[in-house]
Amino acid sequence: MNNLNDLRTKCQEEYKQKLSRPRIVVGLGTCGIASGGAKVMEAIKEEVAARGLDIDIDFTSCIGMCYREPMVEVSLPGAASVVYGDIFPDKVAQLLESHVENKTPVYEWAAIQIPGEATPYEGIDIMEKAPYYEKQVRSVTSRLGRTNPESIGEYIATGGYEGLEKALGMERQAVIDEVKKSGLRGRGGGGFSTGMKWQFVYNAQGDKKYAVCNADEGDPGAFMDRSVLEGDPHAILEGMMIAGYAIGADEGCIYCRAEYPLAIRRLNLAIAKAEELGILGENILDTGFNFHIRIKAGAGAFVCGEETALLNSIEGQRGMPRVRPPFPANSGLWAKPTCLNNVESYANVPFILRNGSDWYTSMGTDKSKGSKVFCLTGKVNNTGLCEVPMGITLREVIFNIAGGIQDGGTFKAVQSGGPSGGCLPTSQLDLKIDYESLTAAGSMMGSGGLVVMDETTCMVDVAKFFLNFTQNESCGKCTPCREGTKRMLEILHRICDGQGVIEDLDTLDRLSTVITKSALCGLGQTCANPIISTMRYFRDEYMAHIVDKRCPAGVCAALLVYTVDAEKCTGCGACLRACPASAITGEKKQPHSIDPAACIKCGACITKCKFDAIYKA
Amino acid sequence: MANVTLTINSEQVTVPAGTKVLDAAREAGFFIPTFCHDPEAPGYGGCRICVVNIKGARSLMASCVTEATNGMVVETESPDVVEARKTILELLLANHPTDCLTCDKNGDCKLQDYAYRYGVGSSGFGGEKHSYPVDNSNPYITRDLNKCILCGRCVRTCAQVEDRQVIDFAYRGFQTRVAPAMDTNLAESACVSCARCVAVCPVGALTYTNLSGKGRTYEIAKKQVTCSFCDAGCQFDLNYKGDKVIGVTAKAPGEGRPLCLKGRLGMELRYSDQPLTPMLKKDNEFVEVSWPEALELEDVLAKLKELEK
Amino acid sequence: MSACACGVEKVVLSHEEAFMKLLDKYRYYKGGLIPVLQGAQDIYGYLPKDVLQTIAKELNMPFSKVYGVVTFYAQFHLKPRGNNIIRICLGTACHVRGGAKILQAVQEHLGIKHGETTEDLRFTLETVACIGACGLSPCMMINDDTHGRLNPKAVGAILDTYE
Repeated sequence: MNNLNDLRTKCQEEYKQKLSRPRIVVGLGTCGIASGGAKVMEAIKEEVAARGLDIDIDFTSCIGMCYREPMVEVSLPGAASVVYGDIFPDKVAQLLESHVENKTPVYEWAAIQIPGEATPYEGIDIMEKAPYYEKQVRSVTSRLGRTNPESIGEYIATGGYEGLEKALGMERQAVIDEVKKSGLRGRGGGGFSTGMKWQFVYNAQGDKKYAVCNADEGDPGAFMDRSVLEGDPHAILEGMMIAGYAIGADEGCIYCRAEYPLAIRRLNLAIAKAEELGILGENILDTGFNFHIRIKAGAGAFVCGEETALLNSIEGQRGMPRVRPPFPANSGLWAKPTCLNNVESYANVPFILRNGSDWYTSMGTDKSKGSKVFCLTGKVNNTGLCEVPMGITLREVIFNIAGGIQDGGTFKAVQSGGPSGGCLPTSQLDLKIDYESLTAAGSMMGSGGLVVMDETTCMVDVAKFFLNFTQNESCGKCTPCREGTKRMLEILHRICDGQGVIEDLDTLDRLSTVITKSALCGLGQTCANPIISTMRYFRDEYMAHIVDKRCPAGVCAALLVYTVDAEKCTGCGACLRACPASAITGEKKQPHSIDPAACIKCGACITKCKFDAIYKA
Repeated sequence: MANVTLTINSEQVTVPAGTKVLDAAREAGFFIPTFCHDPEAPGYGGCRICVVNIKGARSLMASCVTEATNGMVVETESPDVVEARKTILELLLANHPTDCLTCDKNGDCKLQDYAYRYGVGSSGFGGEKHSYPVDNSNPYITRDLNKCILCGRCVRTCAQVEDRQVIDFAYRGFQTRVAPAMDTNLAESACVSCARCVAVCPVGALTYTNLSGKGRTYEIAKKQVTCSFCDAGCQFDLNYKGDKVIGVTAKAPGEGRPLCLKGRLGMELRYSDQPLTPMLKKDNEFVEVSWPEALELEDVLAKLKELEK
Repeated sequence: MSACACGVEKVVLSHEEAFMKLLDKYRYYKGGLIPVLQGAQDIYGYLPKDVLQTIAKELNMPFSKVYGVVTFYAQFHLKPRGNNIIRICLGTACHVRGGAKILQAVQEHLGIKHGETTEDLRFTLETVACIGACGLSPCMMINDDTHGRLNPKAVGAILDTYE
């Protein structure tokens, strides 16, 4: 077997060389670009040229602090690197002048610093000790925001493809055993043992086998996989190659949703570069192991995240799930034994092989080992990506890492597991995050989206939102899901419109139970979870909608009454002019009033009122 | 092949390995309803009406696609199974016209039979129903998608004949429907009116146009005949009302038995007391034609006439 | 498809050439239908009937199956589409942060509803369940560009930058 030692030494030299030069690095993940990162990059290039600075300009992916994008890192030889947040083009000149020319960081813009061997600056949080990162571990996300994702050299210099090298020197069964020992479980949400899955495919009879990567991340509120694909594409390739070697596959396929163009571009680039270096393709490292990877872009169907629907989609069929058994491990793509894992599962594999399963099991709980990447979204201060050890509590994630509720609001619920998951209330905040406890509490691990809700979120409306999603995405094959989600959604609409009756709750209960028990695939079997969990924890809110015809959170338009606060109203007439239904009356400079019968509850008056004199309840 | 022994409703049942739970149960005399199951094209598992309780399984299992295994404990009518079937029926009825009184399928309809068996009189759900226009464009087959329960048997039976595959599922979710390419009506499609699809439809979505209004299903007695037009040996049913044959219908289609319009029309001419007027598609439109033309016997007849002279 | 100086005929021809090349690439490729449909839609902007018919014939599969696949996936379109595709995110995070108001503002600005295309074929407006930029909600995508942290008043200016 050929090893990568020479190549690695060369890459390390180059990387070291690069780090020793003055550098300015822009975060160009999708979130960075969306916040204007590309324009910042342009501004930096112009400014550096105009000032004639001797500094390298580079880019990286998402470091996780989406709420501070666009982010720019300035790194000078012998000094700590400083990562700045909210750097828009108008700040570039000052940043370069102060930090690069005058060697003084702009303290008030700095988010974190990474000192390395240099002396840290006073007054800037060191990454590991910053509130956002203190409780995090960074393994799968370790390269995110640190290396250039389009450089295979940097991947190799930072330990990349060491796992593959190690695996290729082992017996295939030994590789599977190592993954089994690590306790790694499916990061797509199901939580099935990855090693066991590999074992099934290894044991399956067949001259041809496939390793497939599920990158059809479709849960609303989840972008872990996108971040990893964009930030560390080689890790997925390496994970798939190790899997391919272990199970005896020579072909891999990444099914990536078409909504992730940047991820697809970086994956293609990574494949091309790995092939160029002979790490991917025929006779890899002279071991006789052949492995090819191709990318299939999804075509817009959430249900294709379900593994058998995904396989049908790769085969060019309608993405309708197949009945199981047979499981893909025995009869998957083109009816051949197929190993199907999601992005994060594959991305964990190189780290496990390189550092050993003992290292991996040192993190996590009894049954859920290692770390998990989560996306923090909704009404929290710090939205973004985080990687935490299994077993951390929801409270730590929401209040330490995510910085608590936005605008001083009150926590109401956290939704995990996407449309298949549930909403957990305050009483569950100290729940330890692992597969079993989340399921027991009525939610699930899911792929890792955590959507935080405050008191202005209506839980019936949230249930309606998720049902609307699943109903739209139901493939239509099985009766319970196709017809049942439609009826449940109609009932929720009625409740939110004030037309609900108390019997509706029993009907929802019955439909939830039957659909959960009798639907064909995972999408259908879990689609009722948002209803079940909100009815379990927020039944009062349903009752308020049905009995009192009131939406306590002030969300359901049909149940709101708009009222003018006579004390605050100055009679300026702005609301009167804005009202499309002419429901507001009042003399000039006298308090106005709203006719509830004419009011269409559009909210235009509230938007126009400068004195906060109109409230809805 | 080896046998497996399982318990169905407390009864020990031994079947060859590979047998599906549905077949094992039916073999042992237990009732399990099915909509989408087609013995000629098995393995779909979509309608979920055949779910049964299998001890240890996380959810109810569709018996038509679940293989019987040694020691399996199956209940075919446990309370949760009955609850699921009732709910599924209610869901289907919520999106189904309630015109059983005038439906030609009345009395020979699986939805009706199962609703009767499980005491589901009507659906309490209300809500949106499909309102597709009824497709009368084909002179032989009436297609009413409002009655379709999306079991897909028509799609699979049509796909069994090479070069046909005229219909497939289109759209998704609640909007899913069976459609010819580009959603045309049957007349504009490549349909050859073989009526395999009509033969397998468990409800009133696909019916014979010529039999419409001619009699209730229970007034009609069927007698099987074999077509002798070619060596495929397709089988047809003569539909008797009293002692009169009111129409000829396709019997169960099978692999290698294409059924064809010519065959059915031939049987119609031969046996029916009121044979229908044959129609053939010319320039994409159905036009009335003579019987010799419909049966492609013009040449033969011409030659016979020649000989007569 | 802005006016092209080189004449209409030539443009049509190059579309056909590109289409034929695409078919050649995937003709013997297992599971090639979806990539072919994606490629054809890239070429023509949508999937006209005759293109679908050709695909069915060339890939040797039933036309009804091709139609079934096209109508299953949200990405495929049977009608012409605008030069710029706006996708307003109505995912969970955007939902709680006012995605519906962004949709309303865009609808008012363009005078079309979601699912529609402006008469001049400049914009097609769609909604999407989540574009995975929840940290920046409410957000939308125009073509491949993601725009985040939107407010209803500012969307007009963003739209105006797309021709």
